[in-house]
Amino acid sequence: MSKIFAVAGVVIRELYRRKDFYVLFILTVLITGLMWFMNFFHDTQIVRFIKEICLLLIWISALVIAVTTAARQIPFERESRTIFPLLAKPITRWQVLVGKFVGCWLASGAALLVFYIFFALVSASREHTLPLDAYFQACWLHWQMLGIVIAMTLLGSVGLSTPAANMTIVFIVTVGVLSMGGFLHLVAQRMTEPSATLVTGLYFIIPHLELFNMNELIIHDWPIAPWLDVLAATLYGFGYMAFFLLAACLVFRRKALN
Amino acid sequence: MWRARLTLILLLVICFSLAAWLEPRYDAHFDKNQPNQSVLATLLGDGRKMVADYFYVQADVYFHSGYYPSIFDQARKQEEAESDVSHPEEGNAQEEKGFMGKPLDWIDAFSRHFHPSRHKHLQGQAVQEMLPWMKLSAELDPHRIQTYIVAAYWLRQGLGKSVEAEDFIRDGLRANPHSPDLMFVLGEIYLQDRKDYPRAKNLFLAALRCWHEVEEPKPVKADVPEEQRNYLLLEQILGGLVQEELEAGRPEQGLAYMKTLKANAADPQGVQKQIDELQAQINAKAGKTNSVPGR
Repeated sequence: MSKIFAVAGVVIRELYRRKDFYVLFILTVLITGLMWFMNFFHDTQIVRFIKEICLLLIWISALVIAVTTAARQIPFERESRTIFPLLAKPITRWQVLVGKFVGCWLASGAALLVFYIFFALVSASREHTLPLDAYFQACWLHWQMLGIVIAMTLLGSVGLSTPAANMTIVFIVTVGVLSMGGFLHLVAQRMTEPSATLVTGLYFIIPHLELFNMNELIIHDWPIAPWLDVLAATLYGFGYMAFFLLAACLVFRRKALN
Repeated sequence: MWRARLTLILLLVICFSLAAWLEPRYDAHFDKNQPNQSVLATLLGDGRKMVADYFYVQADVYFHSGYYPSIFDQARKQEEAESDVSHPEEGNAQEEKGFMGKPLDWIDAFSRHFHPSRHKHLQGQAVQEMLPWMKLSAELDPHRIQTYIVAAYWLRQGLGKSVEAEDFIRDGLRANPHSPDLMFVLGEIYLQDRKDYPRAKNLFLAALRCWHEVEEPKPVKADVPEEQRNYLLLEQILGGLVQEELEAGRPEQGLAYMKTLKANAADPQGVQKQIDELQAQINAKAGKTNSVPGR
């Protein structure tokens, strides 16, 4: 376990040395600030619009940070040939991969926490309330979603030829699942066989990332989701993370590194 | 070296000349009567109408507190409505269950815990939350009349912001100077909120003129309701004129407008009833006035 955390520590240090997070955070702050100062019919109480824009920026930024960080890990180690001295130490390939995953996941979680603290401050400045339980649920589920995406990206990084191809595919798949994943069963209802069965199968196979999106509940001040459901969603997320990581380990085990 | 420098200077001169030649042509390309476009509208180009539609729908999503059907849900609902052969008069009409219906599978059922799954409308002061989308929609597509009307309605009825509603309607009139709908709404603001009867009358008369100008060339019946003559608007304008005359204490003028309204009303008998009532009021008043000198 200590070996995994040693590798993870290097990944976390790499994230705060790089400028991606800072740039994205400043951009989020700037755009949200611009929206905050926008005048809509001289109303200073409008908050849902600002919450929506801020959460959208947080989702985009978190996704970019998670995917770009995870996609570079293995290819960079191979390109710079640092993978060889790393594997020369008493550490297995799967430990390296799991360490990379834990590092990326924790780093994304830390970044996400900063983003959500900012969101809570912006929201509280207008609403004068701080529903911490709702924000915790949203941040927690968002983090689980990023875990699945990171595991998927690591699988892509050991399977695909270039990081650019991997990033593009992961972005398309993630955005596609987030926007369409929950409706595939409705689409399948209107299809003829065999495409209906194929789409229905796809609906049950894909990780439903939209389950981790609580934005609408937060924006429109709905009551929080039941904690048991949050736990169930977390377990669902763990299942997919484990699946993608295992697949990545299996591919990486046989991968020629030179 | 000097050749490279000369080429550079030559290129600079060509660029400057081209810019000086193109700039007035570029300006002339745009209609001078068009209102100044926002940065967002300039960036989006012709795609802005699509985004404006999306923003307008987004305002409706906010009104329903996020409980809103996706395009897939809408398609399913339409299909169900088309296949629905129930007869309400026989008492077997389907009970309204909302657009979601029963969950189709466990993922569908589970996902409903993380999304709004009950029908709820914004109430009271909270209606302000949908206004940013309306304003952005109007900025992107200033020719979408409905955006101004709906926003003005919520500003006046929901928030009591008559001044802001007037400003917004005037923005709409700047982009659509011949819109009878916008003239009528502005007239209503002057009639109901300001009690400025002369201005309200002028605006209703202007709305009536614009209605004849815009609506009369349209066919009486068309496949698309937006393309046919809008008699409802005419009724509203004439109704506004009647109301203005009555409130200004000129019932005879009001009666004259009511007679015009009857000719164009969807329910002429209802209007006739109102005419009779008003006539009776006028007669009673006239009788009272006549009886005073004889007392």
